[in-house]
Amino acid sequence: MEESRFVRTEMLAPQAPPLGEIGWIRWLRDNLFSSWLNGALTLLAGAAVVWLAAGIGPWFANAVWNAGSLAECREILAGAEGACFAVIHDRWLQLLFGFYPDTLYWRPTLAFLLLFVALAPALFPAVPRRLLWFTAVYPGLAYLLLWGGTIWGPLVALAGVPVGVAAFLALRPALPLLAPAAGLVAPVLWWLLAAGPVAGLLAAALPWGLAPVGSAKFGGFMLSIIIGITGIAVSLPLGILLALGRKSDLFLVKTICVGFIEFIRGVPLITLLFTASLLLNYFLPPGTDFDIILRVVIMVTLFAAAYMAEVIRGGLAAIPRGQYEAADSLGLDYWKAMRLIVLPQALKVAIPGIVNTFIGLFKDTTLVVFIGLLDPIGLSTAIRANTDWNGIYWELFLFIGAMFFVFCFLMSRYSMHLERRLKTDHR
Amino acid sequence: MRKSILLGTLAVVGLGGGAASAATLDDVRAAGQIKCGVSTGLAGFSAPDANGVWQGFDVSVCRALGAAIFADPSKVQFVSTTGQTRFTALASGEVDVLARNTTWTLSRDADLKFTFVGVNYYDGQGFIVKKDLGVASARELDGATVCIQTGTTTELNLADFFRVNNMTYEPVPIETNAEALQQYLAGACDAYTTDASGLAASRATFADPENHIILPEIISKEPLGPLVRQGDDEWADIVRWSLNAMIAAEEYGITSANVDELAKGTTNPEINRLLGTEGNLGAMLRLDPAWARNIITMVGNYGEVFNSTIGEATPIGLARGLNAQWTQGGLQYSPPFR
Amino acid sequence: MAIFSDSTRGGFRLGMLIYDTRYRSLTIQVGFLFLAMAGAAWLVDNTVENLRALGKDFNYGFLGTRAGYDINQRFVAYSSDSTHGQALLVGLLNTLFLAAIACALATVVGVLAGIGRLSRNWIVARLMTVYIETFRNIPVLLWIIVMMAIMTEAMPAPSAFRGEDATASMILWDSVAITNRGVYIPEPLFTRGLGDLDIGVFLVSLDLVAVLIVGAAGIYAHLIITRHAEAVQNATGTRPATWWKSLAVLLLPLLALLWALGFHPGWPELKGFNFQGGIYMRNSLIAMWLALSVYTGAFIAEIVRAGILAVSRGQTEAARALGLRPGPTTRLVILPQALRVIIPPLISQYLNITKNTSLALAVGYMDLRSTLGGITLNQTGRELEAMMLMMLIYLVLSLIISAAMNLYNRSVRLKER
Repeated sequence: MEESRFVRTEMLAPQAPPLGEIGWIRWLRDNLFSSWLNGALTLLAGAAVVWLAAGIGPWFANAVWNAGSLAECREILAGAEGACFAVIHDRWLQLLFGFYPDTLYWRPTLAFLLLFVALAPALFPAVPRRLLWFTAVYPGLAYLLLWGGTIWGPLVALAGVPVGVAAFLALRPALPLLAPAAGLVAPVLWWLLAAGPVAGLLAAALPWGLAPVGSAKFGGFMLSIIIGITGIAVSLPLGILLALGRKSDLFLVKTICVGFIEFIRGVPLITLLFTASLLLNYFLPPGTDFDIILRVVIMVTLFAAAYMAEVIRGGLAAIPRGQYEAADSLGLDYWKAMRLIVLPQALKVAIPGIVNTFIGLFKDTTLVVFIGLLDPIGLSTAIRANTDWNGIYWELFLFIGAMFFVFCFLMSRYSMHLERRLKTDHR
Repeated sequence: MRKSILLGTLAVVGLGGGAASAATLDDVRAAGQIKCGVSTGLAGFSAPDANGVWQGFDVSVCRALGAAIFADPSKVQFVSTTGQTRFTALASGEVDVLARNTTWTLSRDADLKFTFVGVNYYDGQGFIVKKDLGVASARELDGATVCIQTGTTTELNLADFFRVNNMTYEPVPIETNAEALQQYLAGACDAYTTDASGLAASRATFADPENHIILPEIISKEPLGPLVRQGDDEWADIVRWSLNAMIAAEEYGITSANVDELAKGTTNPEINRLLGTEGNLGAMLRLDPAWARNIITMVGNYGEVFNSTIGEATPIGLARGLNAQWTQGGLQYSPPFR
Repeated sequence: MAIFSDSTRGGFRLGMLIYDTRYRSLTIQVGFLFLAMAGAAWLVDNTVENLRALGKDFNYGFLGTRAGYDINQRFVAYSSDSTHGQALLVGLLNTLFLAAIACALATVVGVLAGIGRLSRNWIVARLMTVYIETFRNIPVLLWIIVMMAIMTEAMPAPSAFRGEDATASMILWDSVAITNRGVYIPEPLFTRGLGDLDIGVFLVSLDLVAVLIVGAAGIYAHLIITRHAEAVQNATGTRPATWWKSLAVLLLPLLALLWALGFHPGWPELKGFNFQGGIYMRNSLIAMWLALSVYTGAFIAEIVRAGILAVSRGQTEAARALGLRPGPTTRLVILPQALRVIIPPLISQYLNITKNTSLALAVGYMDLRSTLGGITLNQTGRELEAMMLMMLIYLVLSLIISAAMNLYNRSVRLKER
């Protein structure tokens, strides 16, 4: 009897999935046209992109890179719509360095590169700790490279640190509680009273140094970076102190810190810059006249310190109470507990916030244009006042915007990277 | 620790900055340069070139001071100031002299405590409009939108002018000249008002200067000149007479080309006194006897500077007009050098 | 008490101020206070001395003197004959107005962009990412200048609307004109208006007050109706239809009032150099408004995104398991939790907008900084007084905003038990 059963002995070859379920069609369906609303949005967004590209495209395609003036550009373009990037070609060094003497461009460039070496121990865990000594002397070195002058000014200023340490060590056996105060007061006295004459004497005896460059020659991105970096570097310790003050149990200290932070955060940066430019001369002893860049840096530092204090306060709040209690139970005093237990953890948590504050501060340095400093935007005004380039517009702003974008974007990516890195070893 | 190091460095800089005392000339000599406040950018009057060297008519006043005091016109540190920061910069000693198209008014002289040392450009506020607007007089601007530069006397003059003529207008205040021009050219304002010299200077840079007209009304007097802090007459004298030397040199026909020739001695005692070959005018100002000669050699006389920075041969194309020598029917007139 | 007697046994020694922990905090505080007061005294002393050296005094008398300059955008009566004090008020109101509309638009932009970045639509998500990154990483000042340039360069001048061969035309049935001087929109006019009420500093339009009162009454009536409907629903299980009642109480009285007042729109019309009539939004205002909202919107978008991501998926799933539909899930479960995360950083963004309005000078918008801190300061030479007053005003504004927002924050905060 013949078997009526059928048993398949060989497997059917798998069929190709329907066209709509594979490849780019599937991708389109999933990502662009998953619903009517999404489809409409896609079409709308696509139309916007095409419209923008069609509007701006020819302007870039016809760009002129080599011309001596806007009039020449217009001649070359002969009526066509096109960018005149010749102005960037002509002035890009000025936009980067301001009026810094062009034979000395290596100095700010070197200072900028060395900055990364100085920051390396903080940025990369793999870098040997010994490099920290370079971080410590970097401010003096950068000052010397940028402003020039004798090497004694920065050296004598740096000497304030050993003076403070010496005072601290000398007093510690006799008056252990007054020693930290002495360690703070001694360098201040050194800087206020002794540093000037000593530096003068040394400079007269051994005139070593670099050609001096005045602050009036500083401009462009160099100025933005100097103000931004100095502001953030100085505001970090100030911000830590303010944050600790705000969390302190001491009523008066807390009140004053809160008052300071809220005042600075309550007024726009531009009013502080105007204070630097218009009012600081009223507040300082008669006859004091110091560098406008320094005045701006001081105000920007105070401004950043208030924001930094809030960022660090957030970091402090993220530390579990148990950590404070553990420090107390070990018998550590307040400063030791803060220095060894709390702050290392709090700062780690606060690093992304610190980087964001820095990005904000760096962008805000453009406001110095309102007090007549020639940052990139200020320089764009000056360049447009030149008869060759009067009437140029988008090209300069495009360049300035692109420079800021690159700088800030890299920083924000770095902060995201840090956030991820710290997350893994914190949890 | 980084904080203290930085602060220390800054403190040294701060102290090194020195103090502004009454004897500005001594301070300037000690510093080895003159701090000169200029505009952040006004075509023909002050603007940095591609090498960062400041050029222009106002800038030349400072260069002349450098030539008179140091025999080197490059010993000037230019400080860019905005309309808002200029007076504080001068009052606080941030600059020693302000050469920034600033109008001489009584209140600035008396109330803001400055001394105007002279007038290097006689100006007046005018209007520029597009030809196709069909306006021939400022009195036809009723209801117009007018761009003005803030922080200057122009906004007060404008308010007065429209009020007196019983007209309404829409003011559009703008921070910088470059920005205001961009708005005017785009048609965001019907008229742009500022000093007539500035209007001419700006029109020269337009793509189509023939389509714009400067209206005949000049609604104010704007004597522009360098100014110094009140209270240091010696310094004011130096600035005043450096400017006068340039004006007088043009009057006597001394140019940068023939000054060396004339310095060997001439029959005109006024020229001899000016160039320091006779008398001791330089010593009276506590300057080198050849101070005026240096100005003329290194910077040029008033007419030369005018012609090379804003004159008719330049893109700015300003006529001498009121700024011709008094002998030519203008107002530029230097007191005698004796 | 026992502890206290312990320390007093040996009598009080000066060294105890430092070595005894109970006195030390007092010593430190007194020292700190002394330093702070000495610093303040030093500053004040310097200021007094500097003022005397300059022959200046410190008084706010200039606020009462004639200003002499004109201001284009003013919500209160002002002319060049008014005082500097009135100019200050005009500037302050302009600042507040700009801050308010910028906060509103920034929130809308930020919420849309934040949700858009989380969208499953590839192109929308990418576009939003590009928008957020571009705007966050370029200074706001540059954006303000660029927005102003777009307004003046890309829009037609009023003259383009004129004549037979006009190259530009008004949009929305000839009711709105977009020019490079600003945007003109129709304005509400009343033929039988109630006039204005003078409350000393400025005039209040009684028409507006009447419309607001009637509108508020309508909303109140609507609330009563819905509450009643809810009560019925709770009692009987069926909800009576309320939409037509609500519509009636909301609209009818308002329409009646408008008819009684003789409401008609005033259309902008090209007359002379400019458009006349209608509400005129200057391009400086629009540039500031757009720049601030789009710039801050990028930050708010990130805040919103973080807030939404902070609500765990389990919450959505739990809501679904309870049988809630997607709408109520968002409204009742996700949003309240996301708001807790969103509100505090949103407050600081609102504060940032308020402070960034001070950049208005870059495009000539006459805010507080341009009037008091700009032209007034310049014409009177009173930088110390003007700057201090300006800082005080901004500080008070900031404190008011953060106080108000903190109150709101408290109402949405998680009530821990």
